[in-house]
Amino acid sequence: MQITVLVLILALLTVSGYQMGRTRAAASVGGRLVELHSVPSYHGFYVALWAGLPALFLFVLWTASEGWLIMRMVMSALPDRLSGGDPQVLNLLKADILNIAHGISTGRDVDPAVTAAAAHYNSLRAISDWSLLAIGASLAVVGLAYGRQHISPNLRARNRVERVVSIALVICSMVAILTTVGIVLSLLFEALRFFTMVSPIDFLFGVHWSPQMAMRADQVGSSGSFGIIPLFSGTLLITVIAMVVAVPVGLMSAIYMSEYANPNVRTWLKPILEILAGIPTVVYGFFAALTMAPFVRSIGHGLGLDVSSESALSAGIVMGVMIIPFVSSLSDDVINAVPQSLRDGSYGLGATKSETIRQVVIPAALPGIVAAVMLAVSRAIGETMIVTMASGLTANLTANPLDAVTTVTTQIATLLVGDQEFDSPKTLSAFGLGLVLFLVTLSLNMVALRVVQKYREKYD
Amino acid sequence: MSVAASKSHYQSEEFARRLRGRYAAERNFKIAGVAALALASMMLVVLLTSIVSKGYTAFWQSQIRLEVTLDKAQVEERNFTAILRQGLYAQFPQITDRTGKRTLNELLSSGAPYELEALVKQNPAIVGTTQTIWVRSDDEVDQFIKGYFPRNAPEAERRLNDAKIAAIDAMVAQGSLVQAFNTTLFSAGDSREAEQAGIWGAIVGSMLTLLVTMALSVPIGVAAAVYLEEFAPKNKWTDLIEVNINNLAAVPSIIFGLLGLAVFLGFFGLPRSAPVVGGLVMALMTLPVIIISARVALKSVPPSIREAALGIGASPLQTVTHHVLPLAMPGILTGTIIGMARALGETAPLLMIGMVAFIVDVPHGMTDSATVLPVQIYMWADSPERAFTERTSAAIMVLLGFLIVMNGLAVFLRKKFERRW
Repeated sequence: MQITVLVLILALLTVSGYQMGRTRAAASVGGRLVELHSVPSYHGFYVALWAGLPALFLFVLWTASEGWLIMRMVMSALPDRLSGGDPQVLNLLKADILNIAHGISTGRDVDPAVTAAAAHYNSLRAISDWSLLAIGASLAVVGLAYGRQHISPNLRARNRVERVVSIALVICSMVAILTTVGIVLSLLFEALRFFTMVSPIDFLFGVHWSPQMAMRADQVGSSGSFGIIPLFSGTLLITVIAMVVAVPVGLMSAIYMSEYANPNVRTWLKPILEILAGIPTVVYGFFAALTMAPFVRSIGHGLGLDVSSESALSAGIVMGVMIIPFVSSLSDDVINAVPQSLRDGSYGLGATKSETIRQVVIPAALPGIVAAVMLAVSRAIGETMIVTMASGLTANLTANPLDAVTTVTTQIATLLVGDQEFDSPKTLSAFGLGLVLFLVTLSLNMVALRVVQKYREKYD
Repeated sequence: MSVAASKSHYQSEEFARRLRGRYAAERNFKIAGVAALALASMMLVVLLTSIVSKGYTAFWQSQIRLEVTLDKAQVEERNFTAILRQGLYAQFPQITDRTGKRTLNELLSSGAPYELEALVKQNPAIVGTTQTIWVRSDDEVDQFIKGYFPRNAPEAERRLNDAKIAAIDAMVAQGSLVQAFNTTLFSAGDSREAEQAGIWGAIVGSMLTLLVTMALSVPIGVAAAVYLEEFAPKNKWTDLIEVNINNLAAVPSIIFGLLGLAVFLGFFGLPRSAPVVGGLVMALMTLPVIIISARVALKSVPPSIREAALGIGASPLQTVTHHVLPLAMPGILTGTIIGMARALGETAPLLMIGMVAFIVDVPHGMTDSATVLPVQIYMWADSPERAFTERTSAAIMVLLGFLIVMNGLAVFLRKKFERRW
């Protein structure tokens, strides 16, 4: 509530700051605008920035630090019997306090001290919100007054405003780098914690995957083993099936559309592939699980084969269909980039159209097509929903497409869905998997993008 | 001269055979191309038909007409179940035994008493009167009427026993069990009972998430594109940014979910399942798409525009904000809509940040627990009941409808404002 009020106040002050700046600038030269260094609207922006920016910074800093600061205060106020104990218990406690404070039942009996802490948390939160409102609003008013004071005919308002804007532009363009850094750091950090519990050698070369950990010390049969070879083989199997579907179909579609189809036909065909590309993956997953899997199963039974109800084949075929438009649009680009003179030379020697395509166009476009396939492979490896919905959860080390297999992404999704404790190897292993997935797809993408770029330069 | 006299190699039988072979290869190649496109189109048709044929019935829901006497004592006890059951028994005076009555009870949705309660709350004047009301039937009854449970299977293998089928048939014959438009589907949140489950909660969640995504990714993306395209010097630093953007565009979406889980939930302590976190993650994910398309749009504005503006004394920033950006706007808008459509259909990263929880209430704010339409589809797809399969398909149709509208809008904008320079 307070935050909404603050945002409204800030908006109001910035807008009025703009108006004030304009009128004051015009008044300072008695209406002879030529005497101003910058046009009045820049003076307006100048005052508006003074009113809005400092308060905005405060707001961002405040909200970013508020959460853990309050949490620390709450935790330090807890009785010793609760606040002692190892970090794992403390994290659970924090989650409980947060849940109760937000009015969510934890589903178990709660220590009265925890309820009190939640109340304490809520009161601190309220104090924090009110003081943010007061300080933020007064900061905006002070900024507005300061900016307004500075307005004079000689103020280089345009240069100052443009400086601020260009800094903002640079910051915006750095978000991409920050995202990458964030991904790498978060994966690395959590994966390192995982590797202190499970050795990286066991992780990368183990052939058993069963992440169930014993909840109690006396429990049998679930010690947890984290070998990702079966996950890799499963991912690879599904990817290969998907490529067997997607590459020939996608490539032939691209060839037909760019070499044979007349423009009228193409305007009809292109949307079909675009629609295939635009269907959400969860829809493909539903289709794979409820239509394709029973279909594959019944055909398998008809042939006397034993097909698992969650076979790699059905997930792979549907994933292939999903990737068709991806392959075809990328290959379309590289085929179109092959200069017409190469084709004309081949026709001049008497080759037919298909001979030209097979012996001149494809070889010339091959690096680009290979890159397209690599991007498609990386896409297939990283695809989550289809395999989560249509392939199994059992980690089989098999090359039989009729068996159920599991993939890296499926495991990440199932390990992290629902409530989890953040310190067990079971949860952290998802970040180890994520790191491996990120590195594999990143290297595939890097190489492919490099190839595409190099190839494009060749004919430009 | 000698060529004309002797039979040339080009007229030989062998040559003709080879030519036929080459033309056949040509034809086969072309057929292969057509076949590939036909296969792709066929898969699209199969996919859409299978979803529509599974789901179109979900837009109707069986309703039962009851004559209920709203006895004052019973209303005060809030015993609406009994009121409804009395109304139901009144239609079947011949059924008096307990098993028969229990069978009848199972015809009504378990949410029907709450419907009646809401009705009474809305209009307290009807207490003490007899009213004709329509309530939802149980989902099994609904599915039976829609023909998904075979009627002539042996009774032991059937979901509904003979007595129930007889009761249903009787009610249908009387006109007190009919199909009506399924308003619940579009007004309710999730539920364990199929007949009470709706997608409104998920739609609101999707809208809130998309709002956050748009508010963050559009300004940041356009600003980044403007910087890279108009102001950035060509050096190592900008090269690094460009490589980064291209790579981010190809990072698997689930990795963004891991990022959100570790950073937004783990580090900043934002609430789980909240649209604001979902929106943040989606914003980071769609940012590269928006930057790339905005750059293409900016690049297509010819340099002469910039030169003219600079020539009459505009500052570089004025040139961009007054001339280049407005001219590039249609292209930026198209890219934005396509990016938003992709964000609307994305599921995997949201599973990571807990938007997969079972949430009955329709969310009201950015920090309420919520789910989104694709995740709702994912969760319903797991439910074994036949009625949920039907609703999943219906939800998919709604989602595809949204996507078609968005993409259609993008195409329309591109067609309408596209300028050839």
